[in-house]
Amino acid sequence: MASMQSQAQYVLRTVEERGVRFVQLWFTDVLGRHKAFHVTPAELEDALDQGMTFDGSAIDGFSRTTESDLLARPDLTTFQLLPWHEPGAGVARVFCDIVNIDGTPFEGCPRQRLRHVLDDARAQGFTFFVAPEVEYFYLADLDPSRGPVPLDHGSYFDLLADDTASQLRRRTVLTLEEMGIGVEHAQHEDAPGQHEIDLRYTDALTMADTMMTVRHVVKELARQAGVAASFMPKPFVGVQGSGLHTHLSLWRDERNAFIGEHTYGLSDLAEKFIAGLVRHAPEITAITNQWVNSYKRLVPGAEAPVGAAWARYDTDALVRVPSVKPGRIDSTRVEYRSPDPAANPYLAFAVVLAAGLRGVMGNYALPAEGERTAALPQSLAQAVDLMENSSLMKETLGSHLVEWFLRNKRAEWEAYRGQVTPFELERYLPLL
Amino acid sequence: MRKAFDVTGVSPAVAASARLNEIAALEPAKGFAGAVINAAALPFSEAMSLCRQLRQRERAVEPIILLLDHYQLDDLTFREDLFDDFVVGPFDVSELATRLRHRLRRAGNESVAARIEHGELSMNLETYQASIAGRVMDLTYMEYELLRFLATNPNRVFTRQTLLSRVWGYEYYGGARTVDVHVRRLRAKLGEEYAHLIQTVRSVGYRFGAPDEYDV
Repeated sequence: MASMQSQAQYVLRTVEERGVRFVQLWFTDVLGRHKAFHVTPAELEDALDQGMTFDGSAIDGFSRTTESDLLARPDLTTFQLLPWHEPGAGVARVFCDIVNIDGTPFEGCPRQRLRHVLDDARAQGFTFFVAPEVEYFYLADLDPSRGPVPLDHGSYFDLLADDTASQLRRRTVLTLEEMGIGVEHAQHEDAPGQHEIDLRYTDALTMADTMMTVRHVVKELARQAGVAASFMPKPFVGVQGSGLHTHLSLWRDERNAFIGEHTYGLSDLAEKFIAGLVRHAPEITAITNQWVNSYKRLVPGAEAPVGAAWARYDTDALVRVPSVKPGRIDSTRVEYRSPDPAANPYLAFAVVLAAGLRGVMGNYALPAEGERTAALPQSLAQAVDLMENSSLMKETLGSHLVEWFLRNKRAEWEAYRGQVTPFELERYLPLL
Repeated sequence: MRKAFDVTGVSPAVAASARLNEIAALEPAKGFAGAVINAAALPFSEAMSLCRQLRQRERAVEPIILLLDHYQLDDLTFREDLFDDFVVGPFDVSELATRLRHRLRRAGNESVAARIEHGELSMNLETYQASIAGRVMDLTYMEYELLRFLATNPNRVFTRQTLLSRVWGYEYYGGARTVDVHVRRLRAKLGEEYAHLIQTVRSVGYRFGAPDEYDV
């Protein structure tokens, strides 16, 4: 039943019936920044039919030397009203795929890159499910001229009296549920002002869309409450940063292919998948942790991984094998702990899946539990060098994306390298 | 075909041949609501002859909708009186569904459901709006389609595979687990009070309806 025609009809009638005034066509650039066109209902039919033409050279990672016009083509199954707008003046969103004018997939479109990797996995009989734990900070504002001020002084699992941040988190979870986004639970995290929303598993493409939605909803509702939210990986010195621990499972023939007879109830396939994650982690880190600031989170003693190792319990491990509740054997999964919530979710899920699958296809042997086979890159510069030499990354992301990404990230590193930081001034000025 | 009929509220009787007596044997007491003839699977003259016979019957069958191969199009000229509508293969389910609904409605067929009502759930199939206890639900297209399918077939247990092939109709990234994800989303949107309308049947799949309806 899911033909384009009936989907378009559904969208057009809903827009009419619900008094939708604007439809936002959502897409992401290569760095995972949220972009949108706003179209009125009058233009919508054309947009649904033809897509929206735009100048790709204005978008990070989309620029090409020759032809720069691109089409944003709505994926109508993602049409959804945004619940925080007034009834009668409704706003809806729909995610777009970016295609070339001739209709072929645009090689710089992260959403289609993920689709491509998922198609490869499906050709081998696998479907890929992900469930991330999204951490972020509620702050008084986003003024960079002074240090960030957390909105509360709670800590891990603290049940605080009804302060602004808890209220906000609750309202955010309810809004997400209203949009059909399943939330497993939400809690106060370790650091002051830090909160966590754990999402229920979906297929990876839906989850990448969901991540874009979650970041938008968290920020939008904070803004409406006169405060701010940030997914910056490490906004405060001395307390833990925000991660995006991502739970992964592969399914084959409607069975969880990670379930087996080996240690911790894992299958042979799960062990190879973990081996793939551990071996390729250093080269995919540029994508899962893509900012200069990301590497301030990946430091020893901050409950973040610094080396490629797997374990059952160790919270410093890169890959963890969570315990499964009795009777819930289907929830057998592995948790990949290095990504942060400021990654591009489409590309992050794509490279994580590709790394794991490489282990499966290459029959990788699982290292001993706790054995550190390599260090994770300690800076964006290192991560980018590792990415450049990775054939896995070129095959997974394509040369257009890799080349642009390397160029962009090297420029970011150069800009950072030239800075003289407060650390240096405080330490060296009186001394040297 | 069956999928196209799902949205009409009319259940099809399927005849395996084009012989009028075999078809007439399937006729319900209140008569046929119309006929869909798969002309692509028949010699063209036989299909036309069947149309003529259905038209000339005492209880004339109307509307008549033809399923055609594109090369049969030319042969339709001057035979326009023998049919009311046609669809050219490869058949698009939603096109067929739309034509069926449209033709059945114009023929004044009462059994075409424009609305599905089930307790507090109301679905308007014309405007694609679903509401629960008077509250309009903001559904995505696939959530709407899944709910419509379940509510059209209340009290029946469907496996995930069946739902996937009947509602999605194509391979999807999530496989049958996609159904679980969508059911979860639908339940969230139905709200706590009405989430039970979609019930999990352990190790089988899902069914739609209030629980006490089966306890009897």
